[in-house]
Amino acid sequence: MATEILMPALSPTMEEGTLAKWMVKEGDTVSSGDIMCEIETDKATMEFEAVDEGVIGKILIQEGTEGVKVNTAIAVLLEEGEDASAADNVSSDAPDAAPAPKAAESKPAEAKAPTAPETDTTPDWPEGTKLKQQTVREALRDGMAEEMRRDENVFLMGEEVAEYQGAYKISQGLLDEFGAKRVIDTPITEHGFAGIGVGAAFGGLRPIVEFMTWNFAMQAIDHILNSAAKTLYMSGGQMGAPMVFRGPNGAAARVGAQHSQDYAAWYMQIPGLKVAMPYSASDAKGLMKSAIRDPNPVVFLENEIMYGKTFDVPDIEDYTVPFGKARIWREGSDVTIVSFGIGMTYALEAAEKLAAEGIDAEVLDLRTLRPMDTASIIKSVMKTNRCVTVEEGWPQGSVGNYITSVIMQEAFDYLDAPVINCTGKDVPMPYAANLEKLALLTTDDVIEAVKKVTYK
Amino acid sequence: MAAKKPTKKTNASAEELKAYYKDMLLIRRFEEKAGQLYGMGLIGGFCHLYIGQEAVVVGLEATAKEGDSRITTYRDHGHMLACGMNPDGVMAELTGREGGYSRGKGGSMHMFSKEKKFYGGHGIVGANVPLGAGVAFADKYKGNDNVTFTYFGDGAANQGQVYETFNMAALWKLPVIFVIENNQYAMGTSQQRSTSSAEIWERGKAFGIPGEAVDGMDVLAVKDAGERAVKHARSGDGPYILEIKTYRYRGHSMSDPAKYRTREEVQKMRDERDPIEQVRNILLESKYATEDDLKAIDKEIKKVVNDSAEFAKNSPEPAPEELWTDIYATEVPQEA
Repeated sequence: MATEILMPALSPTMEEGTLAKWMVKEGDTVSSGDIMCEIETDKATMEFEAVDEGVIGKILIQEGTEGVKVNTAIAVLLEEGEDASAADNVSSDAPDAAPAPKAAESKPAEAKAPTAPETDTTPDWPEGTKLKQQTVREALRDGMAEEMRRDENVFLMGEEVAEYQGAYKISQGLLDEFGAKRVIDTPITEHGFAGIGVGAAFGGLRPIVEFMTWNFAMQAIDHILNSAAKTLYMSGGQMGAPMVFRGPNGAAARVGAQHSQDYAAWYMQIPGLKVAMPYSASDAKGLMKSAIRDPNPVVFLENEIMYGKTFDVPDIEDYTVPFGKARIWREGSDVTIVSFGIGMTYALEAAEKLAAEGIDAEVLDLRTLRPMDTASIIKSVMKTNRCVTVEEGWPQGSVGNYITSVIMQEAFDYLDAPVINCTGKDVPMPYAANLEKLALLTTDDVIEAVKKVTYK
Repeated sequence: MAAKKPTKKTNASAEELKAYYKDMLLIRRFEEKAGQLYGMGLIGGFCHLYIGQEAVVVGLEATAKEGDSRITTYRDHGHMLACGMNPDGVMAELTGREGGYSRGKGGSMHMFSKEKKFYGGHGIVGANVPLGAGVAFADKYKGNDNVTFTYFGDGAANQGQVYETFNMAALWKLPVIFVIENNQYAMGTSQQRSTSSAEIWERGKAFGIPGEAVDGMDVLAVKDAGERAVKHARSGDGPYILEIKTYRYRGHSMSDPAKYRTREEVQKMRDERDPIEQVRNILLESKYATEDDLKAIDKEIKKVVNDSAEFAKNSPEPAPEELWTDIYATEVPQEA
C-alpha cells in the first residue's frame, strides 16, 4: 500500500525546515539507507534517508520550499509493483495527530493557612539514660562499626582508611575487626573509586565511601549527582544507590583556599540525595547509623575541628537519630538561631552570652539539611518572631538563604525583623592567620546579628 | 546491499546463526522504527541509534550466563534488546510513556532492568566505566562467578576515570570485561584526530590488563573473543579488554548531519561489511536456511517492531503524580 513520507523532525527543537533538494525523482526505486532529499534545519543541512523499500510515486513538496512543518507529507512511496495511481490513495503514517493519551490532571494543592506546624519534639533519649563521654571521632567510628557488625554488605572504602587507620583516624581499628575485604584502601583516585562505590551499591552492597576531605570530592561530584542521586528516578524506581559518602567538610585551620570549603549548600540542593551535617557526638553516631541503613545515597558532612570535641552520648544499644528532625538545644523566646554542624558552636556560645545580656535565644540544630525540618523552624519563628541563621559557607546561595525564603513564605506575618544570615565571608579562604580569622564566622557575628533583629 | 565478502568458515550451528541473525535484525529494524518515530516527533530529545553495531552486543550476549551484568552509555537500545528486555517497554520509554521501562522518566539514554541486570543507560561519557567495575566489585565481594560487561566508546576511552578504573580493576582483579565499541567517531571527531594510540586496547597493558582487537562487523569473531574474555574474568584473573572495531551507519544522534565522513565511506561499510548480511550469506551458502526461511524471520521481526511502536504510541503519558515518585526509596532495594 502506498504510504506518505513525512517531513521529519531532525533535532530536539526542530518544528519546521526547508526542503532543500530532492535526490530522487518520481519513479525512482529506493531502499533502506538511500538518501531521498536534503533538509535544512536551524542547525544544519541533513540528508534524509529512506527507511522502507519502494518506489517514489509522487513528490508532494517541491525542492526549495521553506517552512515545511514537521509531519507534513512530502512524498508518496509505492510498494513494489504498485501502480502510480495508488499514490492518490494513500495511507498516512502520520501520528494520528492524536497526542499521547493524557493522564488525569491532578488538582493544585489548596493554600495553607499559616498555623504553627506539628513537629516531633520527643527527646533523643529517654530521661535517666546512662550517658558516656565520647568524641565525635569515636562516635563516628562506633556508628560505622556497629552497622558493619549488623550487615555484612556494609563496607568502607577510601584513601588511607585501612592500614593507615584513617587520615583523621575515624576508621581506627576497623581493619583489625573487619579485615581487608571490608575496609579497603583505595588509590588517590576519587572520581574512579566514587564511581566504583556507586556501582557496588547498584550491585546490592552498602558502601561507605570516605573522602579524605570533601574538597577532593569535587573530582567525584559527577558520580554523587548524576550516578547516585538520579538513578532511582531515571530507572522508574527499579534501582538506586543506597550508600554513604562521608568525610570532613569546611575549614580546618590554616590549610588555605583549596582545602577549606563548606559544601552544605551545594549538596542540599540535589533531589535524590540526603544530607546530614551533625554537630554533636551523639548525632554523629545516631545519624551515621541511620545514613548507612538509609536506602538512598547520603552525603555526610563531618568537620575536622569537631572530631576531637567531647559530648554526652547515650549508652543505648543501637542508638539512631532520624533524618529530618531538628534538635532544640536551648529554648528561648526572643529570637530563633538556626544552625548545623560547626556553626552550632557559634550559635550556642552566642546564646550563652546573649542570655547574660537578657536576650533569650532559642537554638535549633537542623542536623540534616535534606530532608530539612522546616516545620520546627517555622514553629519556633512563630514564637520568637525573629530569626538568625548561622553557617560557615559563603553567603550567596547559602543554606540560610533557603531558610529565609521558607520563613518568608510560611511565616511572613510573624516576622518582626528581617532574617539575617550569618555566613563565612565572601572570599576564598586565606592562609595568613589574621586573614583567616577575618574570613571565618565568629560568635560575635552571631551576637551582632541577634542584636540587630531584636533591635537591642 | 549484499555483503560481497562471505565470512570465513565457521563451526557455528544453524540454530546459533539463525539466532544471531534474528537478534541483530531485531535491533536494526527497531532502530529504524525509532528513527521514524523520532522524525514524527513521537520521540524527543536525544536519540542515538545503534545501526551498524549490532554484532557487538549480539556476539557478546551469546557468551553471557544467567547472573552476568551489563552496563553501557547512552547508545543503549541495542544492548537492551540483546539482553532480552521487552521491545515494547524500550520503545515506550523512547516515547516517554507509562509503559516504558522507567515509566517515561528516563528516556532513550536512561533505561534499566533489574531483572536482566542491565544497569543503564548512562549519559555522562565515561561515567559508566567505574560503575560497571563497581557492579563487578559487588559480585566479587559476594563471592559468585558473575562477570560484568562494561561497554563504552572510543570517545569515552579518553576520559580519565576510565584509567582510574583500569588501575583499580586490575589491582583488585575485578571480574569486569571492558568492551570498547570503537565506531571510529567520537560524535564528529575521528579516532585519528582525538586519540594518540591507534590500538586503544593496548593502553590496558600499562595496567597489566590483557585484551585484543576484534572485528566488530563479524558476530562470530565477536563471540570468539568474548569467550576468551569471559573465561579470563570468570575464573578470577581480573579484567579483560575487548576493543571491538565497529561502525555506526547513522549520525551520532538524530540531529547529526555527519559531514565529518564521506557518504562513500558509509556506503562501502554497508555494502562490504554489514554484520547482518554476513550472517545472512553464511546461512544461505551453508544451506542452513532458505530465502523463504529468512523472509519468515524478517516478517516476524517486523511484526515485533511494529507492535512495539503501536504499544509505544498508545501507552498513556505518565500520570502527573509520577513527577514526585522515585526520588527517594523508602525501602532498601532488593538485591539485584
